[in-house]
Amino acid sequence: MTASSGTVAPTTAQERVAVRRPGRRPRLGAARYFVQRLGFYLAAAWIAVTLNFLLPRLMPGDPASALIAQMQGRSALSGEQIASIYRLFGDPGEPLWSQYVTYLGQVAHLDFGLSVAFFPTPVWEVISAGLPWTIGLVGITAVLSFVIGTAGGIMAGGRAGSRTDSVATPAAMFLNALPTFWIALLFVLVFGFQLAWLPTGGAYDGDLTPGFSAAFIGSVISHAVLPALTIALGWSATWFIGMRNMMITTVSEDYVLLARAKGLGRTRVMFRYAARNAILPSVAGFAVNIGNVVGGQLLVEAVFAYPGVGYLLYQSVASVDYPLMQALFLMVSLSVLAANFLADSVYGLIDPRAREGRA
Amino acid sequence: MNLTLRGRLPENRKVRAGLAILVFFALFALAGPFLVEDAFGLSATAIHTADGMQPPSGAHLLGTTATGEDVLAQLVVGSRVSLLVGLVAAVISTTLSVLVGVAGGYLGGTPDALLTAGTNIALVIPSLPLLIIVASYVKGRGGWLTVALIIGLTSWPWGARGKRAQTLSLRRRDFVTAAEMTGESRWWIITRELIPSMAPLISASFLSAVVLSMFADAGLSFIGLGNINLTSWGSMLYWAQNASALARGAWWWFIPPGACIAVVGIAAGLINFGIDEIANPRLRKPGRAVRRRAAAAALRTPEEAR
Repeated sequence: MTASSGTVAPTTAQERVAVRRPGRRPRLGAARYFVQRLGFYLAAAWIAVTLNFLLPRLMPGDPASALIAQMQGRSALSGEQIASIYRLFGDPGEPLWSQYVTYLGQVAHLDFGLSVAFFPTPVWEVISAGLPWTIGLVGITAVLSFVIGTAGGIMAGGRAGSRTDSVATPAAMFLNALPTFWIALLFVLVFGFQLAWLPTGGAYDGDLTPGFSAAFIGSVISHAVLPALTIALGWSATWFIGMRNMMITTVSEDYVLLARAKGLGRTRVMFRYAARNAILPSVAGFAVNIGNVVGGQLLVEAVFAYPGVGYLLYQSVASVDYPLMQALFLMVSLSVLAANFLADSVYGLIDPRAREGRA
Repeated sequence: MNLTLRGRLPENRKVRAGLAILVFFALFALAGPFLVEDAFGLSATAIHTADGMQPPSGAHLLGTTATGEDVLAQLVVGSRVSLLVGLVAAVISTTLSVLVGVAGGYLGGTPDALLTAGTNIALVIPSLPLLIIVASYVKGRGGWLTVALIIGLTSWPWGARGKRAQTLSLRRRDFVTAAEMTGESRWWIITRELIPSMAPLISASFLSAVVLSMFADAGLSFIGLGNINLTSWGSMLYWAQNASALARGAWWWFIPPGACIAVVGIAAGLINFGIDEIANPRLRKPGRAVRRRAAAAALRTPEEAR
């Protein structure tokens, strides 16, 4: 769901700066900034873990017993496996507080029980098989779309009203407004079935044995093209719009005019003077957008049957696999928080105002 | 920004186009079902297995599904559920975001710090996975209303930030100070002074919330959660995917509902973009004469400026 808004919103880092009244806390050192951000994300992580604990317990019925009945329909469970399910999904006989403590202990050992969809594989093994695919896909598309979108935004926003701008901006607005999973469906239809250029399901050809052979790597790449393209299209449009709007605001600053008046080249003025400052909100917006992109990615993986965590989530929903679903939610949330922390740290490094606590 | 926003709202062409699209779909959802069901005698749910997977024809303008339901009728009837979920969820999320954002921005100090921290945490926890988990525990209990409720409860933080920022810019204005001087309570100032003066911003963000909630509903239905047995745009996509409409080349089954969602999304994009232009005059595209003068002033040559 990338259609959140046309501009890059104020960021957590900026927001934090704006809240602080000047004079109360004079200067924040770099170390202090990072510690503070770390504290914020740890608090967020704690809330995600607690949500994960509370949700099955707040729901009507008794998910733990239902799960045990469901699994025992397939094969006998050991006493330890049954105890593990009670620890994860709630034991009606135990007070909530002690349930919470045992739950935290269990999660700290990455013991999420057995998967229903892939019974009797432990949930953690199922997730570790899917995680590399998603990280690879998200990593590549994130970098690619940030570079493409930002560069395009610099060019369009640096010359607002030019021909490039009046073609690219409406196009980006259009792409930004489309539901990602529907673009994925169109790509499957056009490139997968009508033109039959690219494969539309899985991460590699099932006939090949995974390894460092040219055929296997080629197959991995050809399977990744469509999902990556789908995500990158929507995401780069978001960067493009944010960067363009910031550039338009920045190019009318006095220091840009001065640089021009000195007779510096257009490219140099655009990239070294205007874009350097205009890019700051984009970098900060990167963090807030990660969650949205991961959400879109989940659906895209489901469309392409790409074996990452999104497709696992889809499968866990289809087969009512609560252990897998819970663990996936936790993994996705914690990864998004970690990525957010990284993005905030980069922002703190490149924008001293964020560190020093002045706007 | 508040006064100019109110004065300019109808003048911005992007905002107007976006609003027109949304009004069109609202009418479509209100009147459409009567039209297709009573005037044309089409049914969204009548199953004619013999007519399955028919491409568009005179009898079925948008073809039929695998079980022979009329796609056009489904599209029209389904717009109601999609729009209804969007509206109800948007009411919930807008109310929450206004309360949290305006209260935080106005009260300042510790309440603001707490509300801002809460908003930021809610913002960084990815909402779609959360939505999926909650929806799958709910298992369709409560129908579309539950779906609308959980979408509304998970989608307020974006709006709360915008409203807090706007409140910060309003709280030292004279009309607020005047109300404080006359001894009005904080609640009165928030509900009678601040919120009404932010009405244009709130209505714009409400419209975006409607559309985003429709997206979320479609996404949920598409993976088989939410209201798949009620006809909606999302459930149409789910059944199309389920019957491998793609592999069978049945484009008429999944392109129309997706296109409707996309057009509604474009309407929201237009409104957002127009609002940005209103808020930041530099983003507005100047007329040709203005551009030429500006170009000369900015030490550019006329060729470059074009």
